[in-house]
Order: sequence, then C-alpha cells, then structure tokens
Amino acid sequence: MSKLYTFLKYFFITFWTVFVVAPFLWAVSTSFKDFQSVNSKVTYIPWLDFEPTLEGWRVLIKSPAKGGVDIVEPYFNSIFVTCTASLISIVLGTLAAYALSRFTFKAGFVRNNDITFFFISQRIMPPIVLSIPFFIFLSTIGLLDSLLGLVVVYIVLLMPIAVWIMVDFFNRVPKELDETALIDGCNPYQAFYKVVLPNSIPGLIVAGMFCIIFGWIDFFFAFILTFTEVQLLPVKVVALNSSITPWWSLSASALVSVAPLIIVAFIVERYLSKGNLSGALK
Amino acid sequence: MNLIGEKISYKPDEQFHLNDVSFNFKKGNLYTILGRTLSGKTTLLKTIAGLLNPDQGSISFEEKDFIKIPVWERNVAMVYQQFINYPHLNVYENITFPLEQRKLSPEQIKKDVDEALKTVGLVGFENRKIQELSGGQQQRVALARSLAKKAKILLLDEPLVNLDYKLREQLREEFKRIFSEGLSQDTILIYSTTDPQEVMELNGEVIVLDEGKVLQKGAAKEIFENPSNLKVAEISNDPPMNVLKGSKNLKNLNFENISLKIPNHFKNLEDKDYNFGIRASEIKLDENGEEFEIELAEISGSETLLHLKRGNSKIIALIEEVMNFKIHEKVKINFNVNKFYAFGEDEKLVSSPYGGTNG
Repeated sequence: MSKLYTFLKYFFITFWTVFVVAPFLWAVSTSFKDFQSVNSKVTYIPWLDFEPTLEGWRVLIKSPAKGGVDIVEPYFNSIFVTCTASLISIVLGTLAAYALSRFTFKAGFVRNNDITFFFISQRIMPPIVLSIPFFIFLSTIGLLDSLLGLVVVYIVLLMPIAVWIMVDFFNRVPKELDETALIDGCNPYQAFYKVVLPNSIPGLIVAGMFCIIFGWIDFFFAFILTFTEVQLLPVKVVALNSSITPWWSLSASALVSVAPLIIVAFIVERYLSKGNLSGALK
Repeated sequence: MNLIGEKISYKPDEQFHLNDVSFNFKKGNLYTILGRTLSGKTTLLKTIAGLLNPDQGSISFEEKDFIKIPVWERNVAMVYQQFINYPHLNVYENITFPLEQRKLSPEQIKKDVDEALKTVGLVGFENRKIQELSGGQQQRVALARSLAKKAKILLLDEPLVNLDYKLREQLREEFKRIFSEGLSQDTILIYSTTDPQEVMELNGEVIVLDEGKVLQKGAAKEIFENPSNLKVAEISNDPPMNVLKGSKNLKNLNFENISLKIPNHFKNLEDKDYNFGIRASEIKLDENGEEFEIELAEISGSETLLHLKRGNSKIIALIEEVMNFKIHEKVKINFNVNKFYAFGEDEKLVSSPYGGTNG
C-alpha cells in the first residue's frame, strides 16, 4: 500500500514537473534557433539537432533602425510601473486593511464589510468594463500614453488585492496584541508600526507578490491606454508578431519577461519556508 | 490615592456588560473578581486599563480622572488569558519592550528585566523565541513583562485558564509567592477568575460579578462562609452549592420526604419554606442515610463526584475516594446538618452555619 502510494506520489510529481517545465525548455531551445531550424523539421537539442544562433536574443536589444525591436526601454517601463504601483498599493492597502480590521465604521447603511466588498468588487468586473471609463478619465486629465497614467490605473487594479489579503491577515492577528502594545505604552500609531507590522511580514510578502505578478502580466490596460510614447513589455512582446512569426525572438522575449517573476518566486519561497514567519501567530 | 470606580455601566448592545459597578481599590492590596464566563470580568479589567470607555460612571486614580487619560499613559499592566506576547521579539526583548517605550536608562532596564526574569523563573531563556516556549512559559513571559513595568495597577485576566491542570496548580502556587514578594506596597493587583478555589487560595478582597452586576463584595473567607444569595453560593463553590427546596418547622427541616433534625443556627428561623443550601463536600455516604439515585459518577483525581437525584431535587456529592458506581444504582447518603444554609424564597441568605445573615 505505502509502496503504491510512494510510486504514485513520485509519478505525479514527475508528470507535473515535466508538464510545467517542458514549455520553458522548448522556449529556451527555440530562442537559439533561426528560420531554417524552426521551419525545416522538429528539432530539440542544440548542436546535435541544429546549429544554435544568438540572433533571436540580439534582435531584442538592437535599435529598430538596425532592424531590431529594442525591448530594453519597455522592460524598464514595466519594472517602473509595476514596482511603483505595487509599492503604493501595498502601503495604502495595508493601512486601509488595518483600519477595516480594527475599527468599526458606520456611515448610513455602510459597515466595514460593505467597504471591504467595495474594494474587492473592483476585481469582480471584467477589465473590459473598466477600459472605457479609464480611457476617458486619463484623457481628461491628460495622462493618456504616459507612465504616470499607467501607475494610477494599476494602483486601482492592485490595491483591492492588497486590501483583500491584508484584511484577512489582520483579522487573524489577535486584537489583544494591539491592546497589549497600547497598555505597554504605545500610542495607536506606534502599536501599528512597532508591533502589528513586524508580525505581518508574511502577509505583506504574499500581498506584494500578488501585486507584482498581476501588475507585471497585465496586457489589456497597457494595450488600451498607451500608443507610441510609452510601451510596456507585454505589449511589445506581442507586437513582435508580424507576417512571418519570429519564433526565436518571441521565445527569447517571453523568457526575459517571465524571468523577474521566477526570481520573485524564488525569493518569496525562501522567505516563507523560514517557518517563523508563517507560524508566528496562532 | 485609591482607584475608585463609581456607578460604571457599559452597554455596547442590547445587554449590559457592566451594570452600575462601583469599587474602591486600595494600594498594596490584592483584589479578585470572581464570576462565570461572560459575567463582565474582562470588560471591567479593560475599562480600568482604558481599552474600553464606559457609557456611564467615573474612574479616578490618585485623585485624577482616569477616563481622560489614554491607555498608553495610564501605566497599567495586563496579562490576558490567551498567552499574548510579541511574536517577533525574543523573551528578553518582550520584557524590555514596555520599559524602552518609557525611555528608561539601559542600566535600569537591565536591572528590572533581570529581576522580573528571576521572579518568574525564566533565567536562561532570554534569547528564546516565543514560539519555542510552552504555554506556561509564554504566560510567565507575559507576567514578567507586567512585573518589570512596575505598574501601579496590575490586571490579570484569568491568567491560568488556558493552562493544563498540573501547570495551573504549579503556577498558582508561584503566583501566591510572587504576589507576596514581588509587588510593592504601591501596587493594586486585580485578578479575575472563574475558579472559586483560586479565589480562596489567593485570599484577597473578592468581588463577585454576574451579568455585569456586583453581587457581593468582601474578604474571600466572608464570601465562602456567608454568600449573600443563591447566585453567589453557586458561583463561589465548585461544584456549585446544592440547593434543595424545602420547609422548616419547629424541630425538623424537610425536603423530598426527608426530615432532618434542625441545626442550632436554624433555631430562631421562622417556620416557612426555604431554599436550603449544602456544599457537595458536606454530603457523605452512610448506610443509615437517605436513599438517592445515581445519575452520573465522575472520577477526578482522587475524588468522585456523584450526581444524585431524588424526586425533583438533583444534588452533587463529593466523595473523597475513588469508587466505582453504576448509573441508576441507589446509594444512601447523610447530610452534615450543621453546615446547612437557608436562603429565603427571594434567594437571599437567611441563615448560615458561620453566623451570617443577609449581608
């Protein structure tokens, strides 16, 4: 019985690993191919099956004047927009979540749960519903096709995630912890940043990770709200596709796009597996 | 210079959490608040700490209006029934936290913390993480933090309730030592509990609280000997005092077709109906006694709790040995008639074996 279990366990782990990793390996392999190696026959291993070339990678950093596509600028644009919007969302979202978790609000028929739902409801609507209002809003204030405009829109998209995760997290931090801090001579602000915040690091990491992922992978709003001045990475990657699909540079750009997320995942994994973070509070 | 509360009421919803509570706590004394779960003990302590603001009434301390002073300036200390410590700090940092908050000198902090660690017996645990400690040790850290502060008001909210039996006994013993040695004459100690035995052992001034109302105040001995009404008798005894509805005439007291010769302290009672009270420990097995049916027998430690029934009356007897009983079996028991209480039909104490009447 236990042998069968062990066998099945490793079987599924192996199956899943292959399932997840195979496309990456395929993309890595393709990124070193040229037109010939992609279109002639199915090839897998460089040097054995085909002659590898760096052309697919070189195109990404060459300027358009020299026949390249230059994803360097969109890359830094994406990093800037994602990080700025995530950071602001986490700061504002954490403060909002703490207030929603600890204080009782009454405004007409509105209570804490209604406000929390109001935040989350931003994510219930399909993005396309928001696109036209966002477009009109940004064009009215003159931020269409600008980094600042994108940051504003991404804050609207990311803050609900931060609020949602942090409200849930703070609700599981016993209220007595804040009270003890108050009794021990902290005013409410000190109680928050000296006691509650240091014990919320796991929640902050999870919320931050989600904000970065959702900000980084957004294609839709980056596509609708920018034209020529500013471009973000996902839009640029898709724009590579022309009449002849350049599979090699498409693969290479896809790999550099996911690279930051893989790095984030590794950092977070190391943090969360430290144990003292996740299990700090009962 | 006392901590004085006057007519404090707190009613956040339909029910009173505190209802017209008054007290006068003197420095250097130990006060215990006895009451069942949800009787308002925690609310009262939180009100004193300043975490809750009463709807009515006033609290003053050292002649100052306490309600106007925010929690973080009150210099009180509180230990919760949950083991609340700062999980991101180690044991030593946990205890220094309130002292650093008050910006004491490093030498003073070190001295106070070392002293507190010694008092609670956690020397050598300074660098441990809170999560690595057992429940009892965590509660010691919380207590050490409260002691190191040298707060003028020390509040302990059922500090032992979440510990297992053995640790509770052990820590209770230590509490008695800590309270007598470790506290200055400047401190008011307020200790809340549901456990009558704890109240008796700590032997301080007792406030019996029920549904937010003060039922009785007095020394532990006084509460034990002369509970002012049936509710107090129930709350201040574990198992609760047995109540038997019956009547008294010239020579006998009668209940459930049992007739007992009246004890001396009942001689002057009016002949009428009463609620008679008798503690579980004052009932003994006796071949020549009265017949009751066993409903349930619980063995706890070296004692057996017999839940007995006769007619409409249900009582609990505490037998001081471990015996096996069958359910629905009949047993014969004898009441120690000299330890009978009489409560009137309004549930107030009329006569007690210790000489008290309604106080």
